[in-house]
Amino acid sequence: MNAPWLKKLLPHPRWSVISVPYVWLLLFFAIPFLIVLKISFSTLAIAMPPYTPVLEYIDSALTLKLNLSNYLALVTDSQYFHAYISSIKIAAISTLLALLIGYPIAYVIAQMPPSSRNIWLMLVILPSWTSFLIRVYAWIGILKNNGLLNNALIGMGIIDEPLKILHTPIAAYIGIVYCYLPFMVLPLYTNLVKHDKRLLEAAYDLGAKPWKAFFKITLPLSKAGIIAGCMLVMIPAVGEFVIPELLGGPDTLMIGRVLWNEFFNNRDWPAASAVAIIMLMLLMIPILIFNRIQQREMEGRLT
Amino acid sequence: MSGRTQRWTSWAILGLGFAFLYVPVLILMVYSFNESRLATVWSGFSFKWYGELLRDKQMLSAAWISIKIAFLTASAAVVLGTMAALVMTRMGKFPGKTLFGALITAPLVMPEVIIGLSILLMFVSLGQMVGLAPKGIASIWIAHVTFTLAFVTVVVSSRLAELDKSLEEAAMDLGANRIKVFFLITLPIIAPALVSGWLLAFTLSLDDVVISSFVAGPNSTTLPMKVFSSVRLGLSPKINALATLMILVVAVAAFIGWWIMHRDEKRRKLDMQMAAKEK
Repeated sequence: MNAPWLKKLLPHPRWSVISVPYVWLLLFFAIPFLIVLKISFSTLAIAMPPYTPVLEYIDSALTLKLNLSNYLALVTDSQYFHAYISSIKIAAISTLLALLIGYPIAYVIAQMPPSSRNIWLMLVILPSWTSFLIRVYAWIGILKNNGLLNNALIGMGIIDEPLKILHTPIAAYIGIVYCYLPFMVLPLYTNLVKHDKRLLEAAYDLGAKPWKAFFKITLPLSKAGIIAGCMLVMIPAVGEFVIPELLGGPDTLMIGRVLWNEFFNNRDWPAASAVAIIMLMLLMIPILIFNRIQQREMEGRLT
Repeated sequence: MSGRTQRWTSWAILGLGFAFLYVPVLILMVYSFNESRLATVWSGFSFKWYGELLRDKQMLSAAWISIKIAFLTASAAVVLGTMAALVMTRMGKFPGKTLFGALITAPLVMPEVIIGLSILLMFVSLGQMVGLAPKGIASIWIAHVTFTLAFVTVVVSSRLAELDKSLEEAAMDLGANRIKVFFLITLPIIAPALVSGWLLAFTLSLDDVVISSFVAGPNSTTLPMKVFSSVRLGLSPKINALATLMILVVAVAAFIGWWIMHRDEKRRKLDMQMAAKEK
C-alpha cells in the first residue's frame, strides 16, 4: 500500500481538510445566493412554492424567462426607496453613536494593567452572551409611555407629559447601539492594546498636549480597529429586523422589515428575493472591506 | 491632565459604559419578581411568574427543541470551524483560497434576513429538483451550522495564529505525521479555543430568531420564536422570569469559564517560572 505511484494518484491529504468546510459553505452559503438571484427574476404565482420557474424545458425547447418587474417595482414604488435610504441612515447614525461610546471604553480598558484587562473585556462581552431578543425586550419596559424612564422623569418633576420614545426611530437607535456595542468595543480594544506606549511618551517628551498626542498618534494608529468595528456594526444593522420591529414604530421603515413582510405577510417570494439582492449589492463594498481586514487577522498578519 | 483627573475620567467612562450595558438587564431581572401583571409597576415580591413559566408546556417544549438544535449545531460547527481555521492559518495558498476566505468571513456580518431567505429558497429548490429536502429541526440545524461556523473559525484561528509553530515543526522533525501532530500537539493546545468556540456557537444558535423563522416548519418552533411572538403582543412578566433564568445560567457558565482560564494561566506562569529557574 506504500507504493509511491498510489500516493500520486490520491489527492493531496490537505484537500480532505479543505474540501469539507469548503463544500459545506458552497452548498449552504454560496449556491443559495444564486438561487435567490434566480427567484428574484421569477413571477409571483399562486402555487407552492409561490413563483413560476425561470428556466423551463418543454417540448425540447429550453426557455429562459427573466421577469424584471420585481426590480422595476423597487424603483417605481417609493416605499422601497425610502426603506433603503432610512436603513442606511439609521445604521450609519447608530454606528457613529456606537463608535463615540465604544472608543472611550476600549481605550480605558486598553490602558488598564494587563492582569485586569481580560476581566473588564469579559464584562463588556457578557451581556451579548445572554439572549439578543431579551436585551431588546428589556428596553420596551424602560422606554414605554408608562415605562420606567417616563415614570422616573415625571416623578422627579422634570416632565409633565410622558415622552413618546418607544415605537419611534429613537428607540431603534438606542436598541441598535445597545445590542451592537460589544462588536464595536472588541476590535477597537484588540487594536488599541497593541499600540507601542513609547510613541505617546516620546510625544509628551517633545511637549505635545495629551489631546494633541491622541489625535496625532493614537487615533490614526487605530484606523484599522475603527474600520473593523464600524463594519461589524453597520453591515448587520442595515438589514436588522428584530430591533425596528419591536422598538421602532410603523414609520421606522427598514429594509430587513420590508423583506420580512414581503416574505411572510404578502408571501411574495420573488419580491423578497429582489429586495435581498439589492441589499446585498449595497452592502457588497463594505462586506469586501470587512473580508480583507478579517482575513488578514485570521492568517495572523498584523494590520 | 494630571494623573488624578485622568484616573477619574477613566472610571467615569467605565461607570457610564457599564451602567448602559447592565442597568436594562438588571431592571428586567428585578421585575421578574413583581407580583403585578403590569410589567412596569411594582406591587410586591413574588415567584409566581416562575411557576407560570414552568407550567407553560409550549414554552418548555420550545426550549427543549432549541437546546437540542444548539447542542447539535455547536458540535458540528466546532468540527467544521476547526477545519476552516486550519485551512486559513496552516494550508498556505491554494487555488480558490480567496473565495474560501470570503465565504468564511461573510456570515459574520451578513444580515440575518438574507441568510434565512437564501437557505430556505435553497431547501425549496432542492425539494423541487430531487424531491428531498431537510425539514424542521434538520433544516434549522444546517442553517445554524452555516452561520455559526464563521464565528468558531475566528475564535480557533486566532488561537492557531498565536500558537508557536516550532512545536508542531519539532514533532514533525521527530517523524510524526501531520495527523498525529494535529491530534497530539495542536489539538490539546487549542482545546480552550474549541471550548469557547463551542459555547459561542451554542449561544448564537440558542438565540437566533430570524434565520429559524425562515427555515422552521410548523412543528419546530424554537424558544426565541416563541418569545418573539409573545413579546410582539406586549410585555409579560413570564418573559422576564425566563430572561432571568437565562442570564443566571450564562453568568454562572461565564464565571466557571473565566475561573478555569484564570487557573490555567496561573499554572502556566508558574511552570514558566520553574522552567526559567532550572535553566
